[in-house]
Amino acid sequence: MEAAPDRHDGTDPMMPRPYRITTRRRDLADTFTMTLEPVEGEPMRFRPGQFNMLYVFGVGEVPVSISGDRDDPRHLVHTVRAVGSVTSAMAALTPGAVIGVRGPFGTAWPVDEAHGSDVVVVAGGVGLAPLRPVIYETIARRQKFGRVVILYGARTPADILFERELRDWRGRFDMSVHVTVDRAGPGWSGHVGVVTRLIERAVFEPDSAMAFVCGPEIMMDFATRSLEARGVTQDRIHVSMERNMKCAIGFCGHCQYGGDFICRDGAVFPYSAIRDRFHVREL
Amino acid sequence: MGQVEGLEKFLKEQPVFQDLDADSLAFVAGCAMNRRYEVGEYLFEEGDDAALFFLLRHGTVAVEARVPGRQPIVIQTLHEGDVLGWSWLAPPHRCTFDARATTLVRALSIDAVCLRNKCEQNHELGYRIFVRFAGIMADLLHSARMQMLDVYGPPQQGARQ
Repeated sequence: MEAAPDRHDGTDPMMPRPYRITTRRRDLADTFTMTLEPVEGEPMRFRPGQFNMLYVFGVGEVPVSISGDRDDPRHLVHTVRAVGSVTSAMAALTPGAVIGVRGPFGTAWPVDEAHGSDVVVVAGGVGLAPLRPVIYETIARRQKFGRVVILYGARTPADILFERELRDWRGRFDMSVHVTVDRAGPGWSGHVGVVTRLIERAVFEPDSAMAFVCGPEIMMDFATRSLEARGVTQDRIHVSMERNMKCAIGFCGHCQYGGDFICRDGAVFPYSAIRDRFHVREL
Repeated sequence: MGQVEGLEKFLKEQPVFQDLDADSLAFVAGCAMNRRYEVGEYLFEEGDDAALFFLLRHGTVAVEARVPGRQPIVIQTLHEGDVLGWSWLAPPHRCTFDARATTLVRALSIDAVCLRNKCEQNHELGYRIFVRFAGIMADLLHSARMQMLDVYGPPQQGARQ
């Protein structure tokens, strides 16, 4: 994993900066993507895989991965699933509203380490959002990578995140995109089945490929096993973990995961570093 | 004769038959037949006698569950290289789902009754085939459990998104 850049420019990491919502687009029934711009000051620089704490004033704060393009720092993009009081309040905000932002926090996907290698992106559900910056990165610097393979699993065809972009990426001649859903009606002509089935069939060079995996933990567990079965070594598999984060700087301990704090030492980890914790009950 | 030899070569390349000896492969090839299904055509339907199973050579097959009052639900798609059908292995030898071609499908069908009878006579062959199919069924069961878990459901509140 890559070390985080100097993320707060000497400012207090606990102090939110005001950002204005400039666009808001509904992606799925319960998921939306919003673009933020700083009310004043320089835009935030980040690395793919990092997250911010987003603060709805008077309601609360939640950790959300950055889902935008690091080459376009002026537009800070987050994709949010409305599942609790804060994210539901955020879903009700419209362009022009101001929220607080702290960050960026956490480690990044080691995209630069994949130069010269095949890149395998394995995403499940809204786990595609934290990986979208990786995909942007591989597209922007396409010649630096070998094959780029995107494997994505969703619940149903109606739950496919970034569907238009997935279609665009699939239409390119220099990357391969495969989508599967857990169940579908007869009108769906794509794959139906678990995402691990896509891993079994994907064309990439296992000896040298770098794999980035994000999704529900159980999906990541089985995805990493499938990648290992294909011959990808544990140190070349990276996963993004999630736990209940509060302070985001390793003080409060809410997101402790074994000897690590997810907010500070993750959320992106080499699989080799945390593999043994995957099957520890209640960790 | 040439066609049977071609089938034997194809069968030998399939993981499910990989460790069969030449005689057993020849026997399986004798139970096999190339088939073609147009889009929308059923390879088998729920309740059918499970007289055949298939090795898919080309195309996609949707395995569907019938739901009263609703459209069928696709629970799995199978593709080139996949094995379709396991109900032939165990009584009552009835298909439990529909299998519909969603593209042009070319498949090798195996006469299950023929193979089952052979397995009864040759337990060594039967054991090898049953071990392979047990693996296929374990994969199917694992996938079905994963799908039942609904892993892409709403995350825990407070978890990073």
